[in-house]
Amino acid sequence: MDLFEYQARDLFESYGVPVLPGIVADTPEEVRAAAEKLGGTVVVKAQVKVGGRGKAGGVKVANSPEQAYEYAQGILGLDIKGHVVKRVMVAAGANIAQEFYFSVLLDRAERSFLSLSSVEGGVEIEQLAVEKPEALARIEVDPLRGVDDDLAAEIARAARFPDELLPKVVPVLQRLWQVFQNEDATLVEVNPLVLTGNGEVIALDGKVTLDENADFRHENRSGLAEADETDPLEAKAKESDLNYVKLDGEVGVIGNGAGLVMSTLDVVSYAGEKHGGVKPANFLDIGGGASAEVMAAGLDVILGDPQVKSVFVNVFGGITACDAVANGIVGALGTLGDQATKPLVVRLDGNNVEEGRRILAEADHPLVTVVDTMDDAADKAAELAAASN
Amino acid sequence: MAIFLDSDSKIIVQGITGSEGTKHATRMLASGAQVVGGTNPRKAGQTVTIGDAELPIFATVHDAMAETGADVSVIFVPPAFAKGAVLEAIDAGIGTAIVITEGIPVHDSAEFWATAKAKGGATRIVGPNCPGVISPGKSNAGIIPASITGAGPIGLVSKSGTLTYQMMFELREIGISTAVGIGGDPIIGTTHIDALAAFEADPETKAIVMIGEIGGDAEERAAAYIQQNVTKPVVAYVAGFTAPEGKTMGHAGAIVSGSSGTAQAKKEALEAAGVRVGKTPSETAALMREVIAAL
Repeated sequence: MDLFEYQARDLFESYGVPVLPGIVADTPEEVRAAAEKLGGTVVVKAQVKVGGRGKAGGVKVANSPEQAYEYAQGILGLDIKGHVVKRVMVAAGANIAQEFYFSVLLDRAERSFLSLSSVEGGVEIEQLAVEKPEALARIEVDPLRGVDDDLAAEIARAARFPDELLPKVVPVLQRLWQVFQNEDATLVEVNPLVLTGNGEVIALDGKVTLDENADFRHENRSGLAEADETDPLEAKAKESDLNYVKLDGEVGVIGNGAGLVMSTLDVVSYAGEKHGGVKPANFLDIGGGASAEVMAAGLDVILGDPQVKSVFVNVFGGITACDAVANGIVGALGTLGDQATKPLVVRLDGNNVEEGRRILAEADHPLVTVVDTMDDAADKAAELAAASN
Repeated sequence: MAIFLDSDSKIIVQGITGSEGTKHATRMLASGAQVVGGTNPRKAGQTVTIGDAELPIFATVHDAMAETGADVSVIFVPPAFAKGAVLEAIDAGIGTAIVITEGIPVHDSAEFWATAKAKGGATRIVGPNCPGVISPGKSNAGIIPASITGAGPIGLVSKSGTLTYQMMFELREIGISTAVGIGGDPIIGTTHIDALAAFEADPETKAIVMIGEIGGDAEERAAAYIQQNVTKPVVAYVAGFTAPEGKTMGHAGAIVSGSSGTAQAKKEALEAAGVRVGKTPSETAALMREVIAAL
């Protein structure tokens, strides 16, 4: 889960990382009030979970509450790369002398953690890594050791922070590491980390990604997730504990196992090329169980997507028995009754497949077509979706 | 031969008294694997009924190894306790720890991997979030159904469980030397490269199927490794061409971040290394049948 900037700011503050005052606002009136409260120059910053908001006009410096109000009118509702701005943060203006960069993240290749730091902050880090790789210090953080005094100093020196700044920078790096470790983050990034005209080191903008596998040991997570602008179908799926991602196509997909479902999306896309360019409508992994209840919950979510024209149920029975899946489908269609209106193409293989196919044949539901192979079934589902388009 | 797991392998199950542990210990035993016991500190000294057998329960992996000579542990412990279970297995110095558990916090995986590494890598870790390892006809440690296919010349390594089953099924007429499910988490123990190296050295394996998916650059690194080190034919499949950027697709590690981790980049890297990449699982299996026919 990615955090909004204001959530990262609050988290940093709770760990003693120096940040500027900031107030969250959802309307231009609230922005004006916030600007009045902060006084002086403020920055109105769009709260979206996507980069490049400055270039898109989502960050404006206002010299008065009235100007902040005007800017907020333009920023709230702005579409930044498909993310509509619903909230802004009004932050106190900073007197910036220098901009730095620091992040700590998961290093998948090394199966460890990695810190990236530079005294040339404020620019896109991917860009810096390509154009001036020598300006970006990459120091491994051993998960068993963490960022202790020595490593924080090593990181700061490698990034060529001026020696006289080390007493200010080192504790900030350590506190950011504590955020990373204690909050089970996979990314903590500060860009820019600034040196102010008064000689203070402040985290001006932050990006934090949290590991959802660790939700069970963090009570603060539900509050953080509440603020999210989740797709309504994704929210509904989450209520039923379904692993669902909304996509922009016409063929609903249900399968078991993340890899098989990803593969199913691809196969549907290829098949769609022959049928007017129809595409998969979603990712939905129902996992191992595939009971009638889970199948019904899954179908309910998918059929609630008005874009869906056909549904492809693709199950390989490994542990799951195909007869249980077939019973699940029949049971789900019974539960849904008249709500089930779209054609279902079912492909079953593996454990107890004959019995599964027999159950579906016996039920002989008018919406269900059973196809033996994954490729042919994807083709059929795409054909049905294209036909009703 | 086969890799990582053989008919001599003695398996214990950490979490054998839990429902998943009992269920899969039973299946492993039924498929001919030597399952010799399990651990649960609260039930040490008791036994647990696994199929027709009464297996001993030990307090610790250390005790289980001392009493049974176990060299493989399969871990079914829930996410909150999985780190402790893996650290215990590493501390006991077991040869192989196969972590089936899904949903382990990645900081925990980073910690047990770093610990295993600091101990000199004496314990091979497979997973987490994986279906385990099967050497058909010899042994089976994990949840891969033994009924899909028998022993044969193909080595299989995959990030995905169900795609492993699907591919074994597609190639059931030919058979498998060993199938290794390495798991879909961002930090895993055994990698594609580890399995490729072992298959290259295994005389029973004549050709290799590698299954990857979006996220990270493990497939790209495997491609570079294949080019330099693997003489046996490799065919590959990559899932997730249609995955949108920034969305986790079921597996915690399956995410395209910016322009990195895409299926297209992985396919291109593999093809540049001379690996034939199938567009679908069935096309990949067809490529492998061609390879086997030409041997």
